[in-house]
Amino acid sequence: MSGAWLIALVAWPGVMSLAIGAAGRWPNLREAVSVITGLVLLAGAILLIGPIAAGERPSVTLFSILPGLDFTFTLEPLGLVFALVAATLWPLTTFYAAGYMRGNREGHQTRFFICFALAISAAIGIALAGNLLTLFLFYEMMTLVTYPLVTHHGDAESRVSGRIYLGVLLTTSIGLFLPAIVITWMLAGTLTFTHGGILANTGLGPKGAMALYALFVFGIGKAAVMPMHRWLPSAMVAPTPVSALLHAVAVVKAGVFSVLKITVYIFGLDYAFKTGASEPFLWLASITIILASVIAIYCDNLKKRLAYSTIGQLSYIVLGSALATKLGAVSGSLHIVTHAFGKITLFFCAGAIYTATHRKYVSQLNGMGRAMPLTFAAFTIAALSLIGLPPMGGAWSKWYLMSGSAGVEEYALLGVLALSSLLNIVYLLDIPARAFFLRGDNNVPTAIREAPAACVVPLCLTAAGCIALFFAAHPIIDFVSSALGEGA
Amino acid sequence: MIAHFVSQFPILVVVVPLLTMPLVVLAHRAFAAWALYLACTWAVFAMACALFARVATHGPIDYAVGGWAPPFGIELVIDSFNAVVLLLVAGMAAINSIYARASLAREIEPERLYLVYALMLACLAGLIGITVTGDAFNLFVFLEISSLSSYALIAMGPKRRALLSSFQYLIMGTVGGTFLLIGVGLAYMMTGTLNMADLATRLPAVFDTRTCQAALAFIVVGLSLKAALFPAHIWLPNAYTYAPSSVTAFIAATSTKVAVYALIRFVFTVFGASYAFEQLPLNQVLLGLSAIAMIAASLAAIFQTDVKRLLAWSSVAQMGYIVTGFALASTAGLSASLVHIVNHGLIKGALFMAVGAMAWRTRTTSINDLAGLGRTMPFTSAAFVVGGLSLIGVPATAGFISKWALLSAILAAGHYLIAALVLIASLLAVIYVGKVVEALYFRPRDAEASNHDAGEAPLAMQIATWALIALNVAIGLHASPELTATGRAAHALIGGGA
Repeated sequence: MSGAWLIALVAWPGVMSLAIGAAGRWPNLREAVSVITGLVLLAGAILLIGPIAAGERPSVTLFSILPGLDFTFTLEPLGLVFALVAATLWPLTTFYAAGYMRGNREGHQTRFFICFALAISAAIGIALAGNLLTLFLFYEMMTLVTYPLVTHHGDAESRVSGRIYLGVLLTTSIGLFLPAIVITWMLAGTLTFTHGGILANTGLGPKGAMALYALFVFGIGKAAVMPMHRWLPSAMVAPTPVSALLHAVAVVKAGVFSVLKITVYIFGLDYAFKTGASEPFLWLASITIILASVIAIYCDNLKKRLAYSTIGQLSYIVLGSALATKLGAVSGSLHIVTHAFGKITLFFCAGAIYTATHRKYVSQLNGMGRAMPLTFAAFTIAALSLIGLPPMGGAWSKWYLMSGSAGVEEYALLGVLALSSLLNIVYLLDIPARAFFLRGDNNVPTAIREAPAACVVPLCLTAAGCIALFFAAHPIIDFVSSALGEGA
Repeated sequence: MIAHFVSQFPILVVVVPLLTMPLVVLAHRAFAAWALYLACTWAVFAMACALFARVATHGPIDYAVGGWAPPFGIELVIDSFNAVVLLLVAGMAAINSIYARASLAREIEPERLYLVYALMLACLAGLIGITVTGDAFNLFVFLEISSLSSYALIAMGPKRRALLSSFQYLIMGTVGGTFLLIGVGLAYMMTGTLNMADLATRLPAVFDTRTCQAALAFIVVGLSLKAALFPAHIWLPNAYTYAPSSVTAFIAATSTKVAVYALIRFVFTVFGASYAFEQLPLNQVLLGLSAIAMIAASLAAIFQTDVKRLLAWSSVAQMGYIVTGFALASTAGLSASLVHIVNHGLIKGALFMAVGAMAWRTRTTSINDLAGLGRTMPFTSAAFVVGGLSLIGVPATAGFISKWALLSAILAAGHYLIAALVLIASLLAVIYVGKVVEALYFRPRDAEASNHDAGEAPLAMQIATWALIALNVAIGLHASPELTATGRAAHALIGGGA
């Protein structure tokens, strides 16, 4: 596979955003262009699986940004997994968004679809970035192009939320992430993602490595490790398709993917393990997991509850990275996939409920399971996947995360993960339980039906995906393991 | 013949604008005056490009004015450092000439337009003169030419407050000019020469004298006034706010930058970094002041209600970055300084042009009155957003390159506190840029206002603005040529070569 293929993948959604803009006056054409763009992107990404699995690492350098620092794309298994997740879920979300945006008579739909395409372009750019500077460039691009999506409604509430969104993400990235990159550059003289890391021979001691790792992980605000998580609940003012694809998949996964990639290819698993650089984050991630789950229990707003659930689940992946073992990294990248399918389904369901009934609060959902059986069935499946029960994909990522924790003899982490599963049950299964088993209140209009097919079909597909991942997990694990090579 | 002509470029870049100036006055008609101004600035720009290319390939150019050999005659020296500054000044003037016609026609009555063009040429000649001269007294003369024309230009602003601002600037600028003259005079007294290279060889013998120390002090303070280095910045916000839009765009991008260049030249070439920074604690003073400038001026910018004034305060803060860079007294720091001299020129030039385009349409620069322009002026507003991102230092913009260069220089010198302050200042930039962007996009246009002023600015103004924005992005994506040039320049200056 030639490097030009990589450029094409990154540029394609961006270029097609122009076509989406040009088709702005004809909504059907516009959405058709969006969906087709997504499918072509997916096909392009799928074609790369074979060569990458065979050990190819295509790379292309466009130009040098700074002397010695190039604008480079390199594809390796971790990145391809992330790119595939984004490319698979984007067309589905576009399909869903068409139903949702029209069903709720949202304005500025052309701007919405353009920004969506640009955000995907940024996500693919992050996935394929060949060095830290290229990654940072797309990381910031993603923050900026999703800002109009968060503030889509343009009212006072979205303006305030937009401020928090940009405020936290830009503050962390400029204030912490950027200096971390500069320091790495000055220590190592390179920022290229390298097998085994680039910091091992720089003479950086354990304390320095720990501080640098902290700068990175807190600097990557998109990973939402507490206390850098405030932007995510704020972003929930956006239309639900945005929350579904961007704030459950593309944006937040870009964050944890960056953490994973930095752990594996900048620090290197051996170096990180030896110096204990990532060790504090075992506990910081654990605290985030527990706290976020507890907060989620008390959120009545459905989307906000899902947002806090996301914060907790993201820290699973941070935890996997922070283990700094092969098993940890594998479980982290597997969780990127399984959580993406689970959480997007939950958000799709939340959006479908909103489209059908304009209800946003958990306490309003009593007895609605009968009226919207497909939606709540999908919700249940996705919830079970996030809790980590077979036969859902989430079971595997939790399994490997637990065995990874046991592997480094951190048995307290097993307790954290078990407790978190229990909390997940409390806040997630509460919702279908209310819908199916409680009686609705009397002032419910009787004519509640399922949301439009454009909304229901995607959520059934992603729910099916949660189940399929249970059976397809091992190819993914083998694929990712091939990137990490031998070692701990 | 042609080679002979080319060899005269160092003097021609100064003389051509000076000689075009009376022609502009004679032309008198607005269009003819503008056409001359346009032709002159582009000719100067072309010569600047040629000089830059020549210095890059053949090394420094020494030019003896009138054939009088230095140190007795006046010498012009173009090395890899001031070639960059020359290119910036000439380039900004050229792009500004496209922008100026429509913009000035809105703000100044037609019968006085030719005076503005003439003064802009005088200012350009002065700034270029400061940049290319190798003679300390000659530098003072050109500084006064550029200053006097700036006072008049600012006074021509459309509001009556422009007169007061101009007067304020006149007082501060004259103090600055006089201090410079005193400093140069003291140095002359001790060495009997005014040629910079000659001064550099003779001054070390008298380094221990009070007079020599006083000379450096006077020169630094005088030039700091012109460069608006905190706390000598008080003239700047008013001057930038009330000057005509295209004048602000030009002066903001060049004038303070050239003053900083002159400061760098005196410190590094004439007195030498070891004297200024090791025997005297100039770097401590400059680092402290610029740290205050970065934070205090950024905070002040947040509370402004006028976009031009907001950007002006931001300029004061950005001068802090530039001065921080060379106060580190390292090659990396000096290179970062030069990078930001250029990049900040491009950023502020673009932003002031975008604001000028908005003012062309709305006849105001108050943030409240610009609300909702994102809808009626989509291209200009988008230009402001990209320029603002560059000011913040988001990747893929010139501002990011500056920040990267500056941060690595500061960290290499081990000044972690200053690195933190630089980052805090960029976060403050997020707030003040965000404030304007929110007004442009999230607040509805005043219904009464939108009736008579819907639509975009003239095409020429948009082209000029977007040309600078495109440069910002191009440098942000591919800064290697720029960093190579500034690295070479810094190396030449620190290495002691002129």
